[in-house]
Amino acid sequence: MNLIRRKFLKTATYLGATASAIGAGVLVPQRVLGAYDAAAFAAKDVNSAISATMGTDQHTASDTIKLKAPDIAENGAVVPVTVSSSMSNVEAISIIVSANASPLTSSYQLSPACEAFVSTRIKMGKTGDVIAVVKADGKLYSATKEVKVTIGGCGG
Amino acid sequence: MASIKIRAKAKDGVTTVKTLMSHPMETGLRKDSKTGEKIPANHITEVTAEHNGNVVMTANWGGAISKNPYLSFKFKGAAAGDKIKITWVDNMGKGDSAEAAIK
Amino acid sequence: MKKLLTSVSIALLLALPLTATATPQQDLEAFRDFFEKRFPGTPFDDYINGVYSIDPASREQWEEIEEFPPYELSISRGQELFNKPFANGKTYASCFASGGIGIRQNYPYFDTTRGEVVTLELSINECREANGEKPLKWGKGPIADISAYMAYTSRGNVFDVKIPDDPRAIAAYERGKKHFYQKRGQLNMACADCHKFYSGNMVRADLLSPALGHLSHFPVYRSKWGGMGTTHRRYGGCNKQVRAKAYPAQSEEYRALEYFHTYMSNGLAVNGPGARK
Repeated sequence: MNLIRRKFLKTATYLGATASAIGAGVLVPQRVLGAYDAAAFAAKDVNSAISATMGTDQHTASDTIKLKAPDIAENGAVVPVTVSSSMSNVEAISIIVSANASPLTSSYQLSPACEAFVSTRIKMGKTGDVIAVVKADGKLYSATKEVKVTIGGCGG
Repeated sequence: MASIKIRAKAKDGVTTVKTLMSHPMETGLRKDSKTGEKIPANHITEVTAEHNGNVVMTANWGGAISKNPYLSFKFKGAAAGDKIKITWVDNMGKGDSAEAAIK
Repeated sequence: MKKLLTSVSIALLLALPLTATATPQQDLEAFRDFFEKRFPGTPFDDYINGVYSIDPASREQWEEIEEFPPYELSISRGQELFNKPFANGKTYASCFASGGIGIRQNYPYFDTTRGEVVTLELSINECREANGEKPLKWGKGPIADISAYMAYTSRGNVFDVKIPDDPRAIAAYERGKKHFYQKRGQLNMACADCHKFYSGNMVRADLLSPALGHLSHFPVYRSKWGGMGTTHRRYGGCNKQVRAKAYPAQSEEYRALEYFHTYMSNGLAVNGPGARK
């Protein structure tokens, strides 16, 4: 994978095509940056996905993690998910969907200024578990929720 | 029009940032209904949030984030009037950036 | 006995008007009455939220999406398009009352000069053509963005579709009403089957939305479409879903349907553009 594409000057802004910015691509080391990990997103099973993005697949369920997702998704293409935790020193959060062909939907690298909170909307191909993995003090914790994805009747 | 909308609000020392981006977020698995060909992957791979030039949060996304993606996060240490900058890059090498003042 | 029954039934038949045409106002009252009975817990004003007025689980997801709905991108694009001058220097504002701001609730209307139903999208394209621009495609894209912006500026305004005392207007209304109640397609279903008589029931995993208030939130951003679409785009889709042949967007048939359909939302507020599954 071309790493140059992923790094850019701290103050550079793109608008549309980025030919000039790619040419000027310089790695600025003090950024809190998780390099885009194609391997993690290509992983086909939950444990490989967690391992690739978090470094290990060992995680403990924790009820200090609140995972909000619908019981039945209104539309599998747009499923609102919110992960939050009262844990301290959270460095990263990942959202995994067990039944997706590639379970890793996203990973979030949080600077110390961040609260342990992230909210987004994900695609789910079918009914399965949404797993929130939280990395705190180098250890992994998780919360899981089953979300049902159904076949609509109205051109859905 | 910029492809990024930002809403940032500070309350009790915590700034909540909500952002909406215009992007097809194609997984690369979907087939064109007319040609039967797979539509190539075309999705944001990274979103960076900066405050006063410091990266506060980085999101790494795959194609399973919904089309016209939404993202919200919270952080401390900012005040109303400060600027928040959101930048995205996609797998095609395109990107965009936008700034907004925290309210 | 049989003879008595037959003569009684004949007498009853004769007593009823042979062509039972209620006035539109009577239709509207009966329509509202029907839904009030079917969903007694739903306040009248909440019908503009469709299924979300009758289903708490999907309402929660919708409210999450409404926190920062994808249609905002469409509204912004629509605003830019609306304000951008045509090649001749004029803008859309010159074609509309109030400069095109806050007027969604006046559409569709029956133009007695032309003798036809005029919808908002039709007006948008007529404005373009009057100013030397090519018309936009009817179902999605820029026309949906412009319509979304115009709807957005009209939020809260109450629909008050008028049916002038003109036989052509009444005929258009009646044509729309007929479409709504007529069974069609291989599945032999009418709009009314899903959205009136069986509203609130499930069709597979979809909850059927009540037709009362239907038009309030168009154009609509559907998760399924991943984008904004106009009323007639949805009409075409619905016809196809019951395996009926769709009419062309902005055809007389769909304009008549929209006329009837919007009239049935009179008294309710504009809340477009909407977000739906």
